[in-house]
Amino acid sequence: MKLPKFDYVEPTTALEAVTLLSQSRGLAKVIAGGQSLIPTMALRLAQPALLIDLRHLESLRGIAVDEAGLRLGAMTRWREIQDSAEVLDTHPLLVEAVRHIAHYQIRNRGTVGGSLAHADPAAELPCIAVTCGASIRVLGILGEREILADEFFLGPLATALGDDEIILEVRFPRWPSSRQWGFQEFSRRQGDFALAGVAIFYDTDNSGRLENAHVGVFGVGQCATRLSGVESALNGRTNTISVAAEVARLAAAEVTPSDDLHASARYRRALVAVLLERAMALARGERA
Amino acid sequence: MLVTLCVNGEDSTTDVLPRTTLVDFLRHSLGMTGTHVGCEHGVCGACTVIVDGDAVRSCLMLAVQANGAEIMTIEGLADASANLSPLQEAFHRHHALQCGFCTPGVLMTAHALLRQEPNASKERIREVISGNLCRCTGYMPIVDAIFEARSSYQPASPATRARGR
Ligand SMILES: Cc1cc2nc3c(=O)[nH]c(=O)nc-3n(C[C@H](O)[C@H](O)[C@H](O)COP(=O)(O)OP(=O)(O)OC[C@H]3O[C@@H](n4cnc5c(N)ncnc54)[C@H](O)[C@@H]3O)c2cc1C
Ligand code: FES
Ligand code: FES
Repeated sequence: MKLPKFDYVEPTTALEAVTLLSQSRGLAKVIAGGQSLIPTMALRLAQPALLIDLRHLESLRGIAVDEAGLRLGAMTRWREIQDSAEVLDTHPLLVEAVRHIAHYQIRNRGTVGGSLAHADPAAELPCIAVTCGASIRVLGILGEREILADEFFLGPLATALGDDEIILEVRFPRWPSSRQWGFQEFSRRQGDFALAGVAIFYDTDNSGRLENAHVGVFGVGQCATRLSGVESALNGRTNTISVAAEVARLAAAEVTPSDDLHASARYRRALVAVLLERAMALARGERA
Repeated sequence: MLVTLCVNGEDSTTDVLPRTTLVDFLRHSLGMTGTHVGCEHGVCGACTVIVDGDAVRSCLMLAVQANGAEIMTIEGLADASANLSPLQEAFHRHHALQCGFCTPGVLMTAHALLRQEPNASKERIREVISGNLCRCTGYMPIVDAIFEARSSYQPASPATRARGR
């Protein structure tokens, strides 16, 4: 469908953008890549009176790596993450997840900030952010604040972002190069949103026992979450085939999917078990 | 709003409503109907054009967002005397189109890909072309045609030199 009518502005600073947002009293929306917002408007699920384009905000661009970890500006496109050798070195799990997002043309426009703000329960980046304990730096009319990913996602398409706030960047804690990880998702067609997905990583002590296990799932609940039961079952163990099978069963019991148009809750539980087992195999070094 | 952009090497300035998508702008304001529009919400890829060197879905971009951009559409692929490009020739040879509805989008996707990755593997081509739905040809001839056209995109080849972005 054709888009509803709206006005369009192109601020040149982040402060100007949040000022416009707060003056609009909830009637405006910011637009980044437009890859979620424009379809939403075409389907009349959103009808903002004003679009505030972030495309000239240079301060929201860029990828930076330092002692603390990896920072991605909100306007970083999927494509830039895929093209960056630096990100591949510093965060292989993130790069693997991004590879599964949408299609070639959409990855040329879609952004990190747009994905976090849109908060689709089946989206990859919110899950990686939650699993890795990332934090999201935002700017509002009263100033900046930093929100832990865990507290940022409140439900399907719902976040802790205030009406006048925009995302500036997301920060991922430093990733030790010895860390083991695995990522798996299942979708019916290449590039579709996943029916279920799993991201895991852990470190190991001198005897090969797991510590610091992080297990995140997406597509199987209100928003991406970590599975604390599975994580505590993993810490102190070794990643063997039988341990993987055991935690896969735990994971299927711990997730809370619901039935919808695309799949039943029961099917999604089964998927989580299989995907976690495969992700454990990948983390063990069994890369296909 | 006034929008100035360069389409297939020609500059133009046009007054458009912000709600106009890039594909509607190309088709209705510029009368360039080579770019097709299928789903109008980003799932089919029929509307793919190249903006500043990158393949994008022109139904998911506003014309005002393309202000200042350089755009290439299917009309810019063949040369001025309508000689097909090597990529188009390869599609012809491999019967990589039937009804042709998806073809402009498929060609622009492939053109952007091969300009950026002239050595793309078959696997990579398949992955990229998964964003373009074709309901009649089947993907085998499409992938074969794109794979064969790779040679004309090698840095030294005349095809890439003659045709800008
Ligand atoms: C066919 C199709 C398949 C897709 N498949 C996937 C998939 O498999 N996985 C996946 O993760 N995504 C998928 N996407 C979505 C895509 O990745 C989007 O690009 C992304 O979710 C949103 O990014 P955007 O920059 O396009 O945001 P926009 O569409 O511009 O904005 C989305 C929302 O975020 C808000 N917003 C944007 N930037 C900011 C900011 N800096 N601060 C505050 N709010 C902001 C907007 O107001 C809007 O509400 C798909 C999209 C399509 C069309
Ligand atoms: S018309 Fe643009 S993707 Fe279908
Ligand atoms: S040739 Fe008919 S849809 Fe592709």
